[in-house]
Amino acid sequence: MSSDILNAVWVLAALGAVSAVLLIIASKYMRVPVDEKFPKIREKLPGANCGACGYAGCDGYAAALASGEEKAINRCVPGSDAVAKELSELLGVAYVEVVDQVAVVRCRGDCNSTSARADYQGIESCAAAKLAFGGTGACIFGCMGFGDCVKVCPEHAIVLRDGLARINSAACVGCGMCVKTCPNSVIMLMADVNKVVVTCRNRDKGALTHKECSKGCIACRKCERECPASAITVKDNLAVIDYEKCTGCGHCAQVCPVGAILCRDFTGAHKGQK
Amino acid sequence: MSAGAKILMILFSMIFTENYVLVKFVAICPFLGVSQNFKSCIGMSGAVIFVMTLASAATYAIYHSLMVPFGLEYLSTIIFILVIAALVQFVEIVLKKYIKPLYNALGIYLPLITTNCAVLAVTLLNISNEYNFLQSCVDGFAAGVGFGLALVLFCGVRKTLERAKPPKAFEGLPITLVAAALTSMTFMGFTGMAEKLFG
Repeated sequence: MSSDILNAVWVLAALGAVSAVLLIIASKYMRVPVDEKFPKIREKLPGANCGACGYAGCDGYAAALASGEEKAINRCVPGSDAVAKELSELLGVAYVEVVDQVAVVRCRGDCNSTSARADYQGIESCAAAKLAFGGTGACIFGCMGFGDCVKVCPEHAIVLRDGLARINSAACVGCGMCVKTCPNSVIMLMADVNKVVVTCRNRDKGALTHKECSKGCIACRKCERECPASAITVKDNLAVIDYEKCTGCGHCAQVCPVGAILCRDFTGAHKGQK
Repeated sequence: MSAGAKILMILFSMIFTENYVLVKFVAICPFLGVSQNFKSCIGMSGAVIFVMTLASAATYAIYHSLMVPFGLEYLSTIIFILVIAALVQFVEIVLKKYIKPLYNALGIYLPLITTNCAVLAVTLLNISNEYNFLQSCVDGFAAGVGFGLALVLFCGVRKTLERAKPPKAFEGLPITLVAAALTSMTFMGFTGMAEKLFG
């Protein structure tokens, strides 16, 4: 009886010891040196995997930095200056400030200013609605208001009100997830130092645009004529601001007869917190 | 029954009639946890097939060379857990060193399998079914393929489910479990086919 118990103990102990020794030997002789930098860099990155840096995710950016392929330490937009600073210390590279970006909705066609073209009853998603004859609204260039961007926003900075997506720029970290999601490319990333933005995407002729939406750019060229820095040109029936020349005076927003130019402070989450 | 027919029968029954996940309800945790996207399904299935085949071979050898002579058959559960855990760790080290692409493909799923009960189940059932060495290995391989098939099929079901809008109380895991039950019922249609085909 006692030998039975002893047998069991011996065999199990021996088996355990043999596997332990085997694993120790294996881990000693077959160890693969891991790049020590990689986990350290990865730790500093926020882990949003947004892809704003141009890599598939935080892992991709960290691996590129660790291997020395990527030199720029200021590519992480959500992490902003804080992450850039930590990375520059870690890698011994000169610190460069991140250009903070903020997402803006280039459409003001809410349910008071534009109307629906059809009674859409399909899946509640902009991507799906876009497939059905180009969208649901009278204007096929604008925000459809099913909130695909609301669903992807990791910071919950986007809300839907009166059938139009609205971004709370103080909460926006500029990751660009909404920009990738919007099937009409209504949302744009913009450097948050800029103050004015053309809030229309309609490239139809002025008269048609006005029929579709009372807030749409009718390409009257008033802003083009009045801009003191001549930073605005009308191209394809739509005003375009050259941010290199723009001084942010906001005169265009005041003279625009339909209110298609918005002038306000777009400071994003990073600068806002400082 | 000839040896060849027996092998075919093991293959068929492990993949369809006795599918570990959908018929025997083993390894439900990875089944629900990893079936969210197709890529991880393939990674997990690959790792499971690989480890199940190896574990079947290793436990067969240890059972017949060590446990039977010492009369320790009753300890099979605990010894097999030990063997599988050590084996998975060992395989991970070897793959990392010599077959880096395979290691990257299996990724984190390899160490996760240490605690996958389907691997333990297959080794224990090999013993109770009195399979020989080759049959054990085939059994391990086929059980892995069956697991993979269930995972991939259920991944498709979940993709459809994502677009559906269940009642609030059913959102998330509840509706997934209901879907899993329905998927499992489809596999009950295979009952008895293995015996008819190869018996």
